[in-house]
Amino acid sequence: MTLVNIKNPVMLLLGVLWLPACSTTVEPWVKPYEREYLADEIMRFERNPVSSAYLTHVYQAREGARGAEGATGGGCGCN
Amino acid sequence: MKAHAGQKALLVGAVAVINMHKSTVAGLCLLCSGLPTVAGVLPDDRADALYHSYDGGGVEITGPSLLVLKNVGQNVALTGNYYVDSISSASIDVVTTASPYTEKRTEYSLGADYIHGNSNMSAFYTYSDENDYQASTASFGISMDMFDNMTTVTMGYARGWDTVSKVNDPDFSENVDRQNYTLGLTQVISKKMILEANYEAITDEGYLNNPYRSARYLDPSNSLGYSYEPEVYPNTRTSNAVAVRGLYYLPYRASTYAEYRYFTDTWGIRAHNAKLAYIHPLSRGWLLEGHYRYYTQNSADFYSDLFPRKDSQNFVSRDKELSTFHNNTLGFVVSYDVVGDGWYWIDRGSINLSYDYIWFNYKNFRDLRDTSAPPGEEPLYKFGASVAQLFISIWF
Repeated sequence: MTLVNIKNPVMLLLGVLWLPACSTTVEPWVKPYEREYLADEIMRFERNPVSSAYLTHVYQAREGARGAEGATGGGCGCN
Repeated sequence: MKAHAGQKALLVGAVAVINMHKSTVAGLCLLCSGLPTVAGVLPDDRADALYHSYDGGGVEITGPSLLVLKNVGQNVALTGNYYVDSISSASIDVVTTASPYTEKRTEYSLGADYIHGNSNMSAFYTYSDENDYQASTASFGISMDMFDNMTTVTMGYARGWDTVSKVNDPDFSENVDRQNYTLGLTQVISKKMILEANYEAITDEGYLNNPYRSARYLDPSNSLGYSYEPEVYPNTRTSNAVAVRGLYYLPYRASTYAEYRYFTDTWGIRAHNAKLAYIHPLSRGWLLEGHYRYYTQNSADFYSDLFPRKDSQNFVSRDKELSTFHNNTLGFVVSYDVVGDGWYWIDRGSINLSYDYIWFNYKNFRDLRDTSAPPGEEPLYKFGASVAQLFISIWF
């Protein structure tokens, strides 16, 4: 017997719905007490948000591309 | 000033502010999506005072940026930002078709973050003003921590309303509507590695070209061999950008940063950029960063340095930001913790110097200051720009 019968749409749907439950069995593999390195300031994407925002502005004014700059760039009519 | 006959009628009497439109709009919402926060945790109270300076291609832009972020109670953080661009421009467009100008743009932002459980909601409003361009933007965002805080998902939406006017033409008034949609995912990969992926779609509708800039076309009747006509852009533009960033902690206390972004839009522009950085703390509160960035794009479908004749197509542009070009940036940041262990009400304070040099190389935008060459055979334009920032950050 197969776990999900793909010939039966109802079983297929149930199988798809079951997938997220399956994924919850994956344990977080980096425990909170193992995040010493990640907590270091040199591991922050935006250490200097005002400076990063300014540089984003410098590039957006002189390049055709725009968007997906991360925390300080997105969500605005910047170009 | 070198004003050409056809262009003169368009510009005489006006402070010809070529490039202003672009610099104006690009400055919007410096922080409108909020400061970087971990969902479920409010950022620390902080204040930043920054002075910025850009000098390149005949354009000088300086001014301050001031930011204050203050928590109110356990769940709310308020942010205010004041930003100024003081512009003095004799750019390549200006010196070939108009007159140098000075200009000031001021931007105000207010925002709030609200924490609820593992979620962080933010709302921002930004207003930008200069003598011929006003822009308002409202943005909303939500981020959620999940999977034992190893994964953060963010979503955002922004709406912008701009009013474009024209110096010395009180009857000229146009509007632009903007919408931004953002999706982001930050994922802890290992004890020493974190990745971030972002997607952003932007739609613009309205008057998208610069009311002052002109396109060039072949004109045998002109002694130069060419004349100018006003630019005409499509009144819609939709763009998509996707970016991936990563940070990796090295075997000693230092980190490396890598970034890649792909961009595409309905004007035919495709762009790629990549960045690498190395971040190295030294003893006694010093922190050094060195970085390199590369950017390349192809031109918009309706861009040409020299059109074959007047009104040769529906849409015409000679905006060098829509041309084919690439640039390289080399830069560094030096930070020093002036207050490492607290001082009165200040928990920590740092002084920072950031410097970048950008080399721009254009592939189909020509330097018209050389009038000895036949039209279309002038040397290709290139220039370098110095970008410096001096800023103080305090956490309290």
